[in-house]
Amino acid sequence: MSENIQRLRATYTKGEAVKYISHLDLARTVERVFRRARLPLVYSQGFSPRPKFAFASALPVGATGRAELLDVWLSPPLAPLEFAKRVAPQLPAGIELVEVREVDLRLPALQASVSHADYLVTLEDAPVDLGARIADLLARDAIPMERQRKGELRAYDLRPLILELDLIPGPGAQIGMKLANSSSATGRADQVLAALGLADAPYAVERTRLYFDLADQ
Amino acid sequence: MKTPAIVSREALDRILPRVTQPARYAGHEWNAITKNWDAMDVRLALLYPDAYEIGMSNLGLMILYDLVNRQPDMVAERAYAPWTDMEAAMREAGIPLFSLETRHALRDFDLLGFSLQYELTYTNVLNLLDLAGIPIRAEQRSADDPLIIGGGSGAYSPEPMADFFDLFVIGEGEVALLQLLRAYQAAKRREGWSLEAKRRFLEQAARLPGVYVPSLYRVTYHDDGRVAQFAPLGSAPARIQRQMVTPLPPAPTRLIMPFIDTVHDRAVIELQRGCTNGCRFCQAGMIYRPIRERAVDEVVQTVDEMIAATGYEELGLLSLSSSDYSRIEELLKRLRERYAPEQLAISLPSLRTDAFSVSLAEMIQEGRKSGLTFAPEAGSQRLRDVINKNVTAEDLLNAARTAFERGWQHLKLYFMMGLPTETDEDIDAIADLVRQVLRVGREARGRRVEVNVSVATFVPKPHTPFQWLPLADLEVVADRQQRLRQALRLPGVKLNWHAPEATLLEAALCRGDRRLSRVIERAWRQGARFDAWQEHFDYQTWAGAFEAEGLDPQFYGSRLRASDEVLPWDHIACGVDRAFLWAEYHSALRAETTPDCRGGCQDCGLRACYELADCPPELAGQP
Repeated sequence: MSENIQRLRATYTKGEAVKYISHLDLARTVERVFRRARLPLVYSQGFSPRPKFAFASALPVGATGRAELLDVWLSPPLAPLEFAKRVAPQLPAGIELVEVREVDLRLPALQASVSHADYLVTLEDAPVDLGARIADLLARDAIPMERQRKGELRAYDLRPLILELDLIPGPGAQIGMKLANSSSATGRADQVLAALGLADAPYAVERTRLYFDLADQ
Repeated sequence: MKTPAIVSREALDRILPRVTQPARYAGHEWNAITKNWDAMDVRLALLYPDAYEIGMSNLGLMILYDLVNRQPDMVAERAYAPWTDMEAAMREAGIPLFSLETRHALRDFDLLGFSLQYELTYTNVLNLLDLAGIPIRAEQRSADDPLIIGGGSGAYSPEPMADFFDLFVIGEGEVALLQLLRAYQAAKRREGWSLEAKRRFLEQAARLPGVYVPSLYRVTYHDDGRVAQFAPLGSAPARIQRQMVTPLPPAPTRLIMPFIDTVHDRAVIELQRGCTNGCRFCQAGMIYRPIRERAVDEVVQTVDEMIAATGYEELGLLSLSSSDYSRIEELLKRLRERYAPEQLAISLPSLRTDAFSVSLAEMIQEGRKSGLTFAPEAGSQRLRDVINKNVTAEDLLNAARTAFERGWQHLKLYFMMGLPTETDEDIDAIADLVRQVLRVGREARGRRVEVNVSVATFVPKPHTPFQWLPLADLEVVADRQQRLRQALRLPGVKLNWHAPEATLLEAALCRGDRRLSRVIERAWRQGARFDAWQEHFDYQTWAGAFEAEGLDPQFYGSRLRASDEVLPWDHIACGVDRAFLWAEYHSALRAETTPDCRGGCQDCGLRACYELADCPPELAGQP
């Protein structure tokens, strides 16, 4: 039975048109896309069976993603190209397939494999001292911050969650960030901006890449 | 020609990150239709005056959206009431109300069509017009402003909103709306558009079937406030006949799919429209006559197309009484066989209270048995006879026993309080009935079962046999609620109330005359909006508005009317005779029932009104 099950890993975008939908909404949307595409989904057991698919990492509401990841289990298997052919016409504006490939059924869950992520932040107006603010922030040993979590305000240190922070040279005001993005510790781009004193500045956040800590991706 | 304004994505990006549920305002839903706006001859925006998640669950607007967008030269787009945080952000940023599809400012559309389903959304209508930058009063609008149209069940007693609308479409929009839009298109083509052209168009529109132009009627009042006369001006008809279509047109299949969770986020098809039970409290049962069933084959084929177009995992089979659909078992059997591999859940709202309905529920809830709802509506047989809810205690107990035996552990029961002729004994009868259900449950399952009891306060509605009656004394209702609460302090019973606060307002607005427009406007100016939401509703605002306008909500809501009183909705003819309603009202007072008209015509007037050879006109699967 199990040899007839296949695990596909899809890289997709979450673009402008869908950036305001929550992770939960995205999950419901993707399930319906798969149903419209008539994929041979694998369902969970029980009274309300759910199709088996899993995301790598939730994207904050308002952020776009250039290379988001999800795994989906199918039975009988489907060639990745056939998967793409069926799914692409069913995708709402803003969601596009970038790549689909088959992965080993025994790989750990995507969510447990992701360790960090790259973000590209575009500011509408950058303060003149942005470079200095970034340098100051990186020079600090600790950046005490607070965030809402399950209705409670929790204190945490943002500093260890920032792996890289760069002002990107060029005409626009862009900041590149490499932030921790694991199930136990996740840095948020909006919090980094807040630490830079830019909480109220209009900006756009795009997650450009997810990294695995495993050698075997 | 003015240049249409489009709200830019950048402008929205500045405010959306700071509001709750920003996806409500971002559009791009699957199956939403974006047309070339500039190339369209007639541009209609459809609005639901409540939050997105309520409005998106309204099938009526979806039907009209589908219908209008099928016309190659017309476009329909959507807008809903921005939540209060979004409203504040829009006003601060100077962003006008815009459509979800192309983000055009609503004031640049030719027509705005509001769905009026509930009186407590009326202040939102004014707020939406204002947010769109459109004067709220019809008389203040220029030729550049869109025509403002109202439809839905609220349009059956439209007077309280008369000052704000250019016209109302009464009845089923499938025919009436398109006729109106074509007439508008022709008028505009013929003579361009100006205030004068608009005036002439409204006069012409008033002669179209189902169109009511409130400005073409003059109302006079007696000294005591009752309507003295309702007189058409010029060539406007004295009575406006509600539009009815038979057979039902094909149902829309490419349903717009919200990204966010909405009230009803599922595939839906109307199994049938209308109802033959004749419950005397039920407005829908009176104004949507006659019963019109879709054939089983049509339903199955439509569901096929709908599931292919949406991927929904749940299907709702809508009707006012699902168990009465004449081939319900055959339909469920076919749907179940067809969709078993795809894990499609089927929901069947409004089941009749009997053992047969339990079998139906079992057909669609295999294994899950999540919940089952019955609506006996009243506790005693006498009171059920008064309201013509033809259900006995035995029916309910049989249904409950069957349900508990087949594995349900949890029942929901709906009742009403404040019904005509109600006494304390009728309330005790509710408690008694619930106790019997508990006992039956214990017998069937060998242990305690759970019963959820919901009690709503009855509001007399226009176009029903109870349209002449006062709302019950709310102090008496409160006492009886207390009485029931005490009687139902039982293990396994949960009692739910609907907030009674807004009841008087609801009763006043649904049976009011056009002087109430001033009250609605004043309440809105004092900050009333989202009145249907408990956290926003403030009765004091409304009480102040009534007082300032010299009007009394009790006069409209809590007064017994005489047979010869001119009712503010008498000019709207929904097909059921006033004389029939009056006779039903008196049968009610004598606790005499009227049988389901599938067994034989009860002469409600509909047959003659629509010149139907047969009534009911067509039943499922009949050749």
